[in-house]
Amino acid sequence: MDFSIIVNEYEFYLQGLWTTTWLVALSLLIGLLIAIPAGVLRSHQNWLIKGPIWAYMYFFRGSPLLVQLFLIYYGVAQFDAIRESWMWYYFQEAWFCALLAFSLNTGAYTAEIVRGVIGTMPLGELEAAKAYGMSRWQTLKRITLPNSLRRALPAYSNEIIFMIHGSAIAGVVTIVDITGAARVVNARYYAPFEAYLAAGLLYMCLTFSVIYLFKLWEKSYQH
Amino acid sequence: MFSLYGYQDIFLEGAWLTLQVALLSLVLAVFLGLIAALAKLSHSIILTSIATLYTTIIRGIPDLILMLIIFFGGQVLINDTSYNLNEWFNEVVTGYYPDHEWTAYLPDYIDISPYIAGIVTIGFIFGAYMAETFRGAILSVDKGQLEAATAYGMNKYKRFSRVMFPQMMRHALPGLGNNWLVLLKTTALVSIIGLQDMVKIAGDASGSTQKPFTFYLVVALIFLFYTAVSTTVLKWAERKYSIQTR
Repeated sequence: MDFSIIVNEYEFYLQGLWTTTWLVALSLLIGLLIAIPAGVLRSHQNWLIKGPIWAYMYFFRGSPLLVQLFLIYYGVAQFDAIRESWMWYYFQEAWFCALLAFSLNTGAYTAEIVRGVIGTMPLGELEAAKAYGMSRWQTLKRITLPNSLRRALPAYSNEIIFMIHGSAIAGVVTIVDITGAARVVNARYYAPFEAYLAAGLLYMCLTFSVIYLFKLWEKSYQH
Repeated sequence: MFSLYGYQDIFLEGAWLTLQVALLSLVLAVFLGLIAALAKLSHSIILTSIATLYTTIIRGIPDLILMLIIFFGGQVLINDTSYNLNEWFNEVVTGYYPDHEWTAYLPDYIDISPYIAGIVTIGFIFGAYMAETFRGAILSVDKGQLEAATAYGMNKYKRFSRVMFPQMMRHALPGLGNNWLVLLKTTALVSIIGLQDMVKIAGDASGSTQKPFTFYLVVALIFLFYTAVSTTVLKWAERKYSIQTR
């Protein structure tokens, strides 16, 4: 085994680390923007609102991320309407398709977390809010969301880890993320063990830093 | 039956292959998970640290990377080892019989089948997740139950199989079910190492028919079907196993 290859190609891996980081971070952000309204409206009484959200969450939580990525990256080309519109400019790009697939996927999983914590909201706090004369919107903003955020943290940190790990498939559709970098290095030197092990170590660093940061954050709530 | 540009039969085969990989890796994962959970709870420092190292490393590295390490890296590692051993054997034999001809005592080239590599990797990965589930389940079994079993004169093996296992499975079932659902979706990755599962077949089929969306949508729907069946079975099982407690 010859790890000098990795040392020589470290810049390539760093570039991959950066790609993975921004891809995951941006997906999580967009996912969160989808998840909060979706998670709140999932428990709406009206079926016309509840139904589509249910279908969205069911589809993206029930099928593999890889298939979702392929469906967007390869699948969209089947529709001439999209190929001829301005959207094709974006759908041609692997990074855009990956970003879209990852955001929709994490959005669905996070919406389930949001729904769970809102459903188990302590009733006394809601009653108190009502007694203070807060409107529904005020209650949501001042009581439900801050309280839920604290209870959602452990599950959400898990979701972030899943997203970091799930993002490894971006390397399959030509994106040079950490996996993509490892694939290129392997193709150049035929050293699969070294190339993928280095990628694994990078992912491990990323994962454990996230876990550590979330532990600190969770601790800051325990006063 | 529905027709899918002539691909429906091969598609069903792929769907069956996916299910096979998932079920076989589940068996391996449960087995490894039980061993790792018992190791984690044992009093031996060596066993505990090996099990902790296992679960920590697995949870830090993405499944795809682990699969690539085991499939491609394992291939190189096995063949290098086998080559070196062959060289060494031949050297030793030539030392005794100088007119000895070079023979391959071990197979010259071993091809790891993606089927085996896929099952082993997925089983290995989910063993780590199962270990956490089982550890929690074992801890939630009442200690008095085990003490009673000891008082009845049961040996270690009987204590586990008659008292611990049936009771811990009740607590493990929700976690086990979740892990199964994640595992099922992870099997889509075996297409990347070249196994002819649904995803791979969909890729091949969309190449020749120019209908990628249709094919990948069918794959997604089959996965949704598997998920739906699994959740129904799991709900039934959870209900069935919780009856006895109350």
